[in-house]
Amino acid sequence: MTDKELTNDQGDLWEVFIQEDDNAPHTHAGSIRATDPEMAIQNARDVFARRGNIKSMWVVKSEHIKATTPGDTGSFFDPTSDKVYRHTQFYKHTLDDELWKKQ
Amino acid sequence: MNHSPQLVEYLIRLADDRLILGHRLSEWCGHAPLLEEDIALANIALDCIGQANNLYKVAAEVEAKGRTADDIVYFREAIEYKNLLLVEQPNKDFAQTLVRQFLYDAFGILYFDALQQSAFQPLAGIAQKAVKEIRYHFRHSSQWILRLGDGTDESHQRTQTALNSLWRYTGELFFTDSVEQQLHSERIAVLSSAMNDEWLKTVTEILNKATLHLPSSEMYQQTGGRKGQHTEHLGHLLAEMQILQRSFPEIKW
Repeated sequence: MTDKELTNDQGDLWEVFIQEDDNAPHTHAGSIRATDPEMAIQNARDVFARRGNIKSMWVVKSEHIKATTPGDTGSFFDPTSDKVYRHTQFYKHTLDDELWKKQ
Repeated sequence: MNHSPQLVEYLIRLADDRLILGHRLSEWCGHAPLLEEDIALANIALDCIGQANNLYKVAAEVEAKGRTADDIVYFREAIEYKNLLLVEQPNKDFAQTLVRQFLYDAFGILYFDALQQSAFQPLAGIAQKAVKEIRYHFRHSSQWILRLGDGTDESHQRTQTALNSLWRYTGELFFTDSVEQQLHSERIAVLSSAMNDEWLKTVTEILNKATLHLPSSEMYQQTGGRKGQHTEHLGHLLAEMQILQRSFPEIKW
């Protein structure tokens, strides 16, 4: 988010998360601009959810997301790489295998 | 099933309302004040034009004279268009566009909701799909009215001005004539006049919250759209919409 302005005359920046199936995780769809939560939900609906079967949608102001910086890569993430369950990719693979559907 | 000329007339009226409103909204495409709003207005325009298309197709089938939906749209003069005067009013500014939309949507929800019970199945089917779309349109337009009315001095002023200038076309929403009455007696159509009280209640509630003033109930109400007597704005809209088909008949994309 470092290269995006969080606020300008088009409103604040919001991140949009969409759930496409019951019990499926909400996944990041993209970002939109809006001046308040209701307009953010409406704009997200018009930009990302007009087509397709959407069950639920979240919007959150981008400024409320605390993110790591590129400098974190080595010291912050490397120590976990020998413990597979701690690795973020472990959970991503679980989702990709759609294990959540079988439960 | 009734295949009367009144039914064709009625279907074309409803379709004309949706088409002209949709076309007006489409004029914002690429010009809206916010990128997201540009997409929202284009989406709503497409919903309206989609509903119109479905209604024209049914009208053409019922009429059974070989006219297609495109013929009905591109080869009629303003006097043959039967849409409400409200929907043909120009966009002017964002406030006027949203006030026009809000006043229509509040009516459209009630009308198409009731129309789901039509004894004419194709119409009931179209209404079922349309009412879902119009509910969203109303959410969109009413939320904007709240923000524009209770926003800055300028947005309040512009919204109140739009309301004052469009109010004279709202009486026509509830105008009932022999076509509607005849089809209503056959349980095909719904009576516009029956929607007036509930519409006014909804509109008043939102306008109050938006700190806007309801124009006087004494205001002169202009009608004529259902008879083809339009304001000067429709001719310009049709000229732009029809020119390609009229200059190059049967041209295809």
